[in-house]
Amino acid sequence: MDNFEKTALGSAQVERPRAKKRASYRSSRRRSEAITGYLFLLPDALGLFVFVIVPIGYAFFISLHDWNALSPMRWTGFDNYVDLWYDRRFWSSLRITGLYTIIYVPLLYAISLGLALLVNQRLPLMNFFRTIFFIPVVLSLVVSSLMWKYIFDERVGLLNYVIGLVGIEPQAWLGSVELALPSIIIVSIWIQMGYFMVIFVAGLQDISALFYDAAKIDGANHWQQFWRITLPLLRPTSLFVVVISLIGSFQVFDQIWVMTRGGPADATQVTVVYIYQQAFQFFNLGYGSAMAFALFIVIMVFSLVQFRVFRSVD
Amino acid sequence: MVHAQKPLRKTPQTSQRARAKLSIGTLLTYALCFVMAIITVFPFIWMVLGSLKTAAEAAQYPPTFFPTEVAWSNYVEVFTSTDFLRYIFNSFFVASVVTFVALIFHAMAAYSLARLRFPGRNGLFVIIISTLMVPFSITLIPSFIIVRSLGWFDTYAALIVPAIFNAFGIFLLRQFYLGIPRDLEEAALLDGDTPAGIFWHVALPLSRPILATLAVFFWLANWNNYLWPLIVTQSPEMRVIQVGIASFAGEYSTQWQLIMAGSTIAAIPGLILYIFMQRYLIEGIKLSGLK
Repeated sequence: MDNFEKTALGSAQVERPRAKKRASYRSSRRRSEAITGYLFLLPDALGLFVFVIVPIGYAFFISLHDWNALSPMRWTGFDNYVDLWYDRRFWSSLRITGLYTIIYVPLLYAISLGLALLVNQRLPLMNFFRTIFFIPVVLSLVVSSLMWKYIFDERVGLLNYVIGLVGIEPQAWLGSVELALPSIIIVSIWIQMGYFMVIFVAGLQDISALFYDAAKIDGANHWQQFWRITLPLLRPTSLFVVVISLIGSFQVFDQIWVMTRGGPADATQVTVVYIYQQAFQFFNLGYGSAMAFALFIVIMVFSLVQFRVFRSVD
Repeated sequence: MVHAQKPLRKTPQTSQRARAKLSIGTLLTYALCFVMAIITVFPFIWMVLGSLKTAAEAAQYPPTFFPTEVAWSNYVEVFTSTDFLRYIFNSFFVASVVTFVALIFHAMAAYSLARLRFPGRNGLFVIIISTLMVPFSITLIPSFIIVRSLGWFDTYAALIVPAIFNAFGIFLLRQFYLGIPRDLEEAALLDGDTPAGIFWHVALPLSRPILATLAVFFWLANWNNYLWPLIVTQSPEMRVIQVGIASFAGEYSTQWQLIMAGSTIAAIPGLILYIFMQRYLIEGIKLSGLK
């Protein structure tokens, strides 16, 4: 298109002098378009540069220093990374993050896809249910965490009362090493399922009804239709859901900070909670950055693996 | 519960069985939906009920369902025992300014990337989109340091400026601008309008619906934001509402009636937006899933 315009313009110039004026008008118009283009892009480009792109390199730079933000930075090379290697709390935080992810991501996938399949049926009231299931998404993580903390409360919580009705001993849901992480995972799924349900519904509605009609003619039952048509054709949506929930779960913070502060006995201390503590409570900014950088690499590797896995299935 | 679908013509027996199966499936669907709806809504109802109980009733075991005596005073106490009004104002102010500025900046950037020709455009677009891949945990500490060295620690600037920039909005608006027919712009061009003028008179008015979607999205995300404000503010006057209720919950850890009253207040804007702008909110989420 661009080339075509140029040649058309070129031949016009030779033929008629009047076209010259038009050409100069065109080039000044081009210039003003380019200037406007740069000016329009400037605020966002500058902001993203300062607050997203620079920080990646800066994080690495800080991670090579010992720094408490008050005294001058002290160059320590890779000492922070060596310390990290021998820091048992760091490894434990990675392990807990991994555990959280392994339970949270598949469960969230299954539940939100299940909800989407439910409300995507052509039955009365399904829009109403969809509206209901979405409610937790509009609440903040802090509010959701606090309302669940109230339910989980050991002394006055509703959950202990309800399980007491069927004769189960009261539990310290958020206060016990075994139950704290599962309890938080339940809350996280409760918070997120409506969001991914909406994504799945959009994905389901993109699948042409023709596939199902053909399958019905071939005598496929609902189960077969789900495995042979729905799931394979949902693959782009699934990739999105898995990658987004994976990246989110590697960086979970708000729910845990509000409900347990990483306790009891570090049982829910995921990596971002540990980073927060090191960087903003103990002011070990260099050490915190080293951890953040390590986590960054873990996230990148897992995202790439996801893309690969989904590609190779295709 | 009548199924619209015609049963396949087979022996009467199998078609009957198929119909029976379908209605069981339908029943199961409703049962599951009902259970999930209760699980979804109940914690919320429990929060509101808890916010209306007296201190004694909230600390009582076994818990009562409905408050025996409705204690509206909890809401008064939330506002008198902390500077809750200030927290609300801070969140409202920050979320509104961020949304407004972000929409202008993103619309400009998106229009530039979609419609204006200049050298390096595609490269810049790729760089901007790749920032979507950057996890927030890596930028947290450096951004904090940048904000501090700019002298913004514990100010509105720290809460507002870094929250503005996000490639997601740029991406969605760019997609939108790529989709509007060129004829509309050509007409303005023939009238001698400048590129900036065309953006202002043609593109921006056309993008009102998607701007509304993004506005609801951004505003709510900022109202609900917790970690960044927690890090860059310190004084009680600069607290946003999420930091406010979280620290409130830390201080009054056993006063559930007050914590629930504060949480209920914090939940209200999101619910109002959901009730009145549901279409935009859901639309925004569907767009975020576009790949």
